[in-house]
Amino acid sequence: MALQDKYKELIDAAKSAGTSNLQVNEQDGVLHIDGEAPSGAVKDQLWDIYGKIDPNFLTGDVVMNINVATAVAGAKLKVVTESTNLNIRKGPGTDQPIVGKAAHGEIVSMISKQSDQWWLIRTDAGEEGYAYAQYLQPVE
Amino acid sequence: MIMKLKHLTTVLLSAGLMFMISCKGKPKDADIQATVTTALQSTPGISADVKDGVVTLAGTVTNQADKDAAENAAKVTQGVKSVVNNITVAAPPPPPPPAPDAAATADAALKTGVDAIVKDFPGITADVKDGVITITGESKADRWKKLKIALDALKPKKVDASGLKVK
Repeated sequence: MALQDKYKELIDAAKSAGTSNLQVNEQDGVLHIDGEAPSGAVKDQLWDIYGKIDPNFLTGDVVMNINVATAVAGAKLKVVTESTNLNIRKGPGTDQPIVGKAAHGEIVSMISKQSDQWWLIRTDAGEEGYAYAQYLQPVE
Repeated sequence: MIMKLKHLTTVLLSAGLMFMISCKGKPKDADIQATVTTALQSTPGISADVKDGVVTLAGTVTNQADKDAAENAAKVTQGVKSVVNNITVAAPPPPPPPAPDAAATADAALKTGVDAIVKDFPGITADVKDGVITITGESKADRWKKLKIALDALKPKKVDASGLKVK
């Protein structure tokens, strides 16, 4: 319960922001927070609160997996790579051949989610394939 | 008359002796079976059948030594004329294939996911053990935040960044 107290502000914020399927479990000294935020902004807000309670996330007592509800089929996604192009691959895996690239900042469409990590996308140029979800952010 | 009686006594005695010897020398099959069965108790899975002093051993053992030992045990039993050894030597069932180590499999899957992410974060190395991701190296705070968000999405048990230096 101590961890839930430490991260009370974070849990309360997740609840009040309308995070669906919110699950908070403490296991082996780690607080696991799972849920689906209604928007990318809420996800960012939750991560900011987490970072405030545990500066630089160095304590390692939280694993927070917040998905964004707007990341659904048909959604517009922005490529949020550091600066480089995003590889679009034939299949879901970095061992898969690259079939196209999306530029940094480009807007693409989501076709479907293969997993939390790999999303099937289509670029405006018509290139289709799997890209790593880490670099895709739903456009609000 | 006395001679005759003496003769008769001798005959009777010798007959009795003969009878006793024959009794002692030829135990009944049932007795042999009981003795052999007792002798074979140490090796489970073997049965003995006796007919006219011939012991037939049957059953299954896991090695030749057990089969030979059973035959010898039967042979030395009094009254046994011969032993028919029908015991089958069957190799013990192969040990079940080692169950795939669920933890190792899960770690390997997690490691693949972690590697795919960490490769884009130069200066940082990650290791996976028992569902825990251990991060070492150094990184800028905003980059580390991105990495942490991506790693948490892999649902690890823990992300241990105690070895990470945040600049």
